[in-house]
Amino acid sequence: MNVEINGSPILATLPIFGGIPLTATLVVTWSIMLLLTLFCIWLTHDLRVDHVTTRQTVAEFLVNTAQNFVDSNMGTRFSHYAPFVAAIFSLSLLSSLSGLLGVFSPTADLSTELAWAVLVFVLITATKIKTNGIGGYLKGYTQPIAVLTPFNIISEIATPISMAFRHFGNIVSGTVISTLIYAALGAASHALFGLLPGVVGDLLSQIPFLSVGIPAVFSLYFDWFSSFMQAFIFCMLTMMYIAAAAEAD
Amino acid sequence: MEKAIILAGCAIGAGIALIAGIGPGIGEGYAVGKSCEAIARQPESKGEVTSTMLLGCAIAETTGIYGFVTGLLLMFVVPRIFIGLL
Repeated sequence: MNVEINGSPILATLPIFGGIPLTATLVVTWSIMLLLTLFCIWLTHDLRVDHVTTRQTVAEFLVNTAQNFVDSNMGTRFSHYAPFVAAIFSLSLLSSLSGLLGVFSPTADLSTELAWAVLVFVLITATKIKTNGIGGYLKGYTQPIAVLTPFNIISEIATPISMAFRHFGNIVSGTVISTLIYAALGAASHALFGLLPGVVGDLLSQIPFLSVGIPAVFSLYFDWFSSFMQAFIFCMLTMMYIAAAAEAD
Repeated sequence: MEKAIILAGCAIGAGIALIAGIGPGIGEGYAVGKSCEAIARQPESKGEVTSTMLLGCAIAETTGIYGFVTGLLLMFVVPRIFIGLL
């Protein structure tokens, strides 16, 4: 039985700045971004007020859903965050689901989530500074007493790290478990059909019959449910952290 | 010999790291049970309770995920580094 679990493979090396490795993560992420951009352009071209087409109805539904999602969780004060949250959600969802097509899922690479989490961290810090001023932001580290400053700094850094690890861990655990299930079912069918006598047993035991339908059931949870869940949770946390940062202490 | 000890240590460490899964299991079970009680008491608050519960579960899961990432590092990254040092 041969089980292989690898990180993002390096497809090529760009010959600038001393060679930038072009990983599968980069390629798939940019393809998804291109796909989403083209989809948005196609959805929103040629909009009109009367004689609304189905395409425009779908576009309006998506925009309304995102807007309501942000408004109900952050309040109408933050409705300008709706495009950001929707972009993170759709990118995260499509990245996780791209694993179903057999390409390397960008969310199974820590760099992707870490980039998003750093983006969110910058937004949180910017919101805090905007609310309390730079002095109030720095003073927030010494609350409630000055002795707790190192712990406050750690908890500040832990926010993006835990956000990134949560998303990464959930997607990768799904990938690892699916790989193990495939390998185990292949080995099981090899052992099972190997019990048949003669040439028929030898031939049939080479084909992993058991891994035809059964992994689909697990894929329903680990790929579909988990992808939706993690995209949703990442966006919820983004919104909650930003909304909480805007409350003056 | 050193290689075997390193691999064994990494494997045992990865196994121990995944004990971290117990905590989130208990915590999430408790959260889901409580939210079931809340929905039974006030069925009209189902949507809000469910989304709050999912968020709480995701946060409770963090420690388990830390254990899992530690296990992954011990399985795939650490042996390569240490065997390279020999």
